[in-house]
Formats: sequence, structure tokens, C-alpha cells
Amino acid sequence: MSTNLLIISQLIKMATKKKNTEQVSDWNYSPSFESASHLNLKKKYDLFIDGKWVKPSSGVYFKTINPANEEILAEVAHGNQDDVDKAVKAARKAYTDVWSIMHPAERAKYIYRIARLMQERARELAVAETLDAGKTIRESRDIDVPLACNYFFYYAGWADKLEYAFPNRKVESLGVAGQIIPWNFPLLMAAWKIAPALATGNTVVLKPAETTPLTALILAEIIEESGLPAGVVNIVTGHGDTGAAIVNHPDVNKIAFTGSTNVGKIIQKALAGTAKKLTLELGGKSANIIFDDAPIDQAVEGIVNGIFFNQGHVCCAGSRLYVQESVADLVIQKLKSRMDSLYLGNPLDKNTDIGAINSKEQLETIHKYIKIGKQEGAEMYQPKCSIPAKGFYCAPTLFINVAQSSVIAQEEIFGPVLTIQTFRTVDEVIQKANNSPFGLAAGVWTDKGSRIFNLSSKLRAGVIWANTYNKFDPTSPFGGYKESGFGREGGLHGLNSYVKLS
Amino acid sequence: MKNKLVKKEIIHPDNIFSPSIDKVGVEERVARFQSRSIKNESKLQGLKIALNMIDLTTLEGKDTPGKVKQMCYKALHLHDVHPNLPTVAAVCVYPSMVRTAKNEVKGTGVKVASVSTAFPSGQAPLDVKIRDTQFALDEGADEIDMVISRGKFLSGEYNFVYDEIAKIKETCGKARLKVILETGELATLDNVRKASDIAIYAGADFIKTSTGKIQSAATMQVTYTMLMAIKDYYDKTGIMIGMKPAGGISTSKLALHNLVMVKEILGNAWLTNEWFRFGASSLANDILMQIMKMETGVYQSSDYFSID
Repeated sequence: MSTNLLIISQLIKMATKKKNTEQVSDWNYSPSFESASHLNLKKKYDLFIDGKWVKPSSGVYFKTINPANEEILAEVAHGNQDDVDKAVKAARKAYTDVWSIMHPAERAKYIYRIARLMQERARELAVAETLDAGKTIRESRDIDVPLACNYFFYYAGWADKLEYAFPNRKVESLGVAGQIIPWNFPLLMAAWKIAPALATGNTVVLKPAETTPLTALILAEIIEESGLPAGVVNIVTGHGDTGAAIVNHPDVNKIAFTGSTNVGKIIQKALAGTAKKLTLELGGKSANIIFDDAPIDQAVEGIVNGIFFNQGHVCCAGSRLYVQESVADLVIQKLKSRMDSLYLGNPLDKNTDIGAINSKEQLETIHKYIKIGKQEGAEMYQPKCSIPAKGFYCAPTLFINVAQSSVIAQEEIFGPVLTIQTFRTVDEVIQKANNSPFGLAAGVWTDKGSRIFNLSSKLRAGVIWANTYNKFDPTSPFGGYKESGFGREGGLHGLNSYVKLS
Repeated sequence: MKNKLVKKEIIHPDNIFSPSIDKVGVEERVARFQSRSIKNESKLQGLKIALNMIDLTTLEGKDTPGKVKQMCYKALHLHDVHPNLPTVAAVCVYPSMVRTAKNEVKGTGVKVASVSTAFPSGQAPLDVKIRDTQFALDEGADEIDMVISRGKFLSGEYNFVYDEIAKIKETCGKARLKVILETGELATLDNVRKASDIAIYAGADFIKTSTGKIQSAATMQVTYTMLMAIKDYYDKTGIMIGMKPAGGISTSKLALHNLVMVKEILGNAWLTNEWFRFGASSLANDILMQIMKMETGVYQSSDYFSID
């Protein structure tokens, strides 16, 4: 290359292109709120049992708030043991009398109908999800709600094809499924649980999380509207005791739980010795691995999406970042710069990238870990962004100079907090990534196809993404290794959790 | 055989070190820019910024002084019904039309850009390209839009492409040089990134997507890839490089999406016509129509907007 010309051209450029400071137009986005006018929330929600809205036997209601501004959205019934018992009885009766003996093609029609009705009320569901959970309207509109619909569509298709899903096996439904779901993807988790259970001929008692019951209750309205036989799906809202009542109810055949590892362990102990089938989808501390030959800018997007999607309230969040040392400085510089361009604020604004933390309690947990990170001597980075005075918010946070031995690299934080470690060789990063009690997901970023196959066979994680992160699809199974749980949801594998094969 | 002392010429390998680009990832990133909601104040402001970034262009075999004069008049009088509108940034013509254009826009601040280097194919020897450029400059061009030798690029002769750009830059002197990559012919985003890096390091003041003669032209994916090259260069050197997507941007919405992308990647400093341009011929009227809609509340028929 002609070196002289290079130098000349660089000199000319230096002379003519000093950093331009004048004539800067300050162009910022005006607020652009999704309208909430089409959402008619009730003041009070009862329990949905046996196709009817019934008052809780205790008469107790609890408030659900908007974490973005702490305003009360509605009051929701607190179901107790008696209510759960009613719901299980209704589910049993519906199972025996109607649902288990219905022709599978008929079952499919109901599930399709639910999916279609959800689509019709998609905007309403998206706004309700954003108000109740604090997640951005962009995510609830573009991801949560359409994906939830797709799970119903997908499993509707399986309902009359089970003999092809399990060739040469006799397929039977289990009975009544008790399902307990978390607050991070309230509607989507309800879909993950209800759709395969119905397709395989089971009936359901579902308990949404106490901080996010609204979309499950709107789903109950949809189910009511769909004409699904009474008792096939029952929604019982409440707190931990409500969940415990479902787990411990003697007439439940299957428990499906998504939530924290601690509660998962309690459930597994409670079910020991019973005939109840169990699937657990628990916590994670997933490794996102960036090799030096990765498409760096796209990898940076993947890091951002991996940890800041849904404010990091994602069980498979890529919360442990491993970057090959030769590109670490570059990746960190680019990551910081990208974080500076994220908009934090009201989740209902269509341009918000980072919404609200789901609850005060969770915000405190995140703050606790940020404090630990600082105490451990890790270098912290947060972009300068103004945090709204009301509501629960946490700036996207980065910790550099972290080791495997750091608490913040070991424990699940469930917030927008990323730890960064560097590595030198492939073997080293495989060892480090597997060196965790969890094993839910992992990400691998490289241009080498062979390396992707090598890592995906050696990483002990249920889901491994190559050159992408946090992608979900009804056809793909999801679930964990080790303390991240067992059983798979989604895809053909997801049917297995709801059938007895012989 | 005699042992001759051979003076070996040092041959530099045709290596360039550009990061690899994952197309799927780029598409996802671009979709995020497209989902930004630009309303009210920010929309009006954005539309006016975009209007002021346009290089109003005519590049046809049938161009005549008459046509060019009319286009120049339009450049200065976009829509006189509306009192507070900016002019476009420049008019862009063939070298033979530069003098005509220059006479029309003299003293107005609107620049004259001339394509050169055997536009649009670039299939000519270097001395012809230099003379082509020199002619445009002598006629009064403020800016030169050159094309790279895509044939050489695709056959891996990156040094040739680099040296050619550097020579044209030398010829340009103070005139700003826009380097057209013709991304539609480069086919992959990896190539777009490579060509961007070559152009920037060889002395381009601006990098530009397309001639407008080839489909596809200025897709958001391509512009994104080029903006990232500009960002990386700026982060390394502190030197700003301009960007000009050209071809295929004919709606306000697409123009605003481009501005969103520039803002979020490079920052507000790039949101002036000194650093960002749209090469377009029909974009201006769509923007004008949107501005009038925002200010009067109704869409006016296209017959109310002049078509020079």
C-alpha cells in the first residue's frame, strides 16, 4: 500500500476535519406513549373457577401496582386452600367428564380459538403487561404477546397428532396440572404452561405471580369468551400460600413450576414420595462467550439483548460475560458506548429500552448485589441516565474485573447487572462457563462453525445460542441442567411433560 | 547461473483488517431503529433536518442545462408557500453540468457536487479518472462524488482501490471527496465494511452507498454497516467522516429512520449536512408533503408540490 499517500491523506484530513462542534442540532425524541385507553381494567378481580368468577372464601383481596409509578392498578383475590380445593375439584370434574374424553381435534379447535382471541386483544394484553410488570411496551407488544399467541397456535396443532409425536407408544394424559408461574413473563409463561397441558388432554389450575396477575386474568376472560368447557382452566390468584396449597393438594397429578431455585427445592421436597409428576424451570447464571473472531458489533448487541432484555428479569439472561482477552478492551469500550444510547424510563413510551424493575423487593435485591460487587472490588460502569423519581428503576450496570470467585459472578441477580470476565483459550472458557451450579443457557459468538459445535456439545446448559441470544420459539424446547431445573417446555419435548407413555 | 544481486521490491500484501459482519444481527439491529416512534415536535424537527441534508440529484444521459437550471431553482425554492424551510444541502450533477449548476446556486450556500471517475461504472484508467475529477473541479464543483473500482475490489486488489482513492483525494485538494462504494455490487456486508475502511483510510471525507444506477442501493443494513465503520474510525482517531446514503430513500419515514440510526450510532454531532447527506431526487417532495400535513392537518395532493 502506498505509504506516502496514506500519510498525506491523513494529514489533509487532520487539517481539514477538526472535531466539528458548531452547528450541532439537538434532536431528541418526543414522548410517544402507547395509548392505554382501550384497556378497561376492573377495579376488583375474583378467582376464575369452574368457568365462573367467584369471590375468595377468605374475602381477602390484595393490590397489584404499576412498578413504573407505584400507582394501584386493581385489587385481586387472594385464593386460599379452600379456593384451591374448589379449583382442583372443578378441574378434576372437567377432566373426567369432558376434556379427557373429547376428540383431540375438538380440543385443538378450542386452543386455536383462544390463540385467535388473544390476537384480537393483543394491544390490550400488551398494555396490561407493561402496566403490571414494568416491561417496555416495545417488548410486550413485539415479543411477549405475539409469542404467547404462537405457543397456543403451535400446541393446538399437536392436539390430534400425539401418536406421531410418540410413535409406537400409547399416549395418555395425566389429569389435573397445577401450574405456578413467575412475574417476569406473566402472559408468556401462562401460555407455556396452559397450551401444552390442554393439547395433551389435561386440565389446569394456574396461579400467576402476586405482582403480575392481570394478564392471566384477562386470559381468563378470553378463555371464558372462547367457550372452553367450565373447569378446564382455572386461575387462582394469590401469594406463596396459594401456590403451596396447589403443590400439596392430593388430587393434583402434575406440578409445573417456573421461578426461583429456592422455591423449586421446597416444591421438590414436598412432592417426594408422591405420584405427582414434576417439572421445574428455575434460576440461571448463563454464560455469554465472545471469541476474538466474533462479529464484534453484533456480539455487543447480543450482550445488550442478553442481559438488559426485560431489565435482566430473564431466567436465561446472559449475565456472565466471557470475552477473549485479545478483544476485551474493544468489546468493553463498545459495550459502554452502546449502553450510553439506551433509553431508560416509562415503559409505556414506545422508545423506552429499559423499563421498570418488577417490584420494590426485587429492586432491593439488585441493589444488594450491586453493593456486594463494589465491595468485592470490581470496577462498575453505569451510563448517565436520569432515574424517574417514582417507581422502581435500575440503571444498566456493568462489572469489570470479576473472577469466578466473586459472589456477583456466582449468584443469580435477576436484574440489569452484567459481570465481565476474560479468558485466553477455548478449554479455559468451557471450564469457567460450566463452573456454576446453574445450567440454563449459554451464548457463543464466533465466526467459526466448528467452534460452535465444539462448545455446544461441551457446555452443560439446556439452551445454547450461537451468534444470537434470548431467542424463543414455540418449536424449540427450553429447560435447564443442574440447579436450573429439569423437564423441557416448548417443542415436541414440551408435550412429554404432560403425558404418560406406555 | 550468475548470482545476481536482485533488488527486491517490497510488496505489501492485500490485507485489510475489518471486523466480520453478521447479517442476521445487523437486520435485528436495524429493526430496532425502525421501531422508534418519532412523533410531534421531534418529527417536524427531524423532517426539516432531513430536508436540509438532501443532495438534489440528476444524473441522466439526457441531462441538459435546462433541466439542471430548473432543478437548481427547486433546490433554492423548495416550497415557497412555507416561509420557514431550509434549502437542500447541494445539487449533484455530471461534470459537464457543473458550470451551469454553479452559476445558478452561486452565493446561496447550496453546494455543487459532481460525480466523477467515470461514473457510474468506474471502468476507466486512473489518468482519465484524474482528468475527469480535475475538469469538474475546474468547472467549480465544491464536492466530488467518485466511484470505487468494484471490479478490482471483487478480485481482491484492495491496494489498487486504496491507491486510486488516495490519488483522487490528492486531486481534490480542498474540495470534499465522497467515495461511492456501489454496495449493490459488493453483495455482502463484509465487503461493504471492507470497502468502507479502505475508503476512509485512503482519505474519503464522506462515504456514500450507491450511484443510484444499481438495485439494491441504500438499504438500512448497508448504511448501518458504513456508520459503524465511521464510528470505529472516529473512536480511534477523533476524526469525523461523513455519510451519504443514496438511492432508494424516497419517503419521509425512511429518512427519519436513517436519522434515528445516525443519532443513536454517531450522536447529534453528525445530524447536520456537513456530516450526513441523502442522495435523492424524489425525497424532498415527500418530506414537504409531510411537513405541510403536520402544520395544516391535511394531506395535500402532489400537484401542490413542484417537481423540478
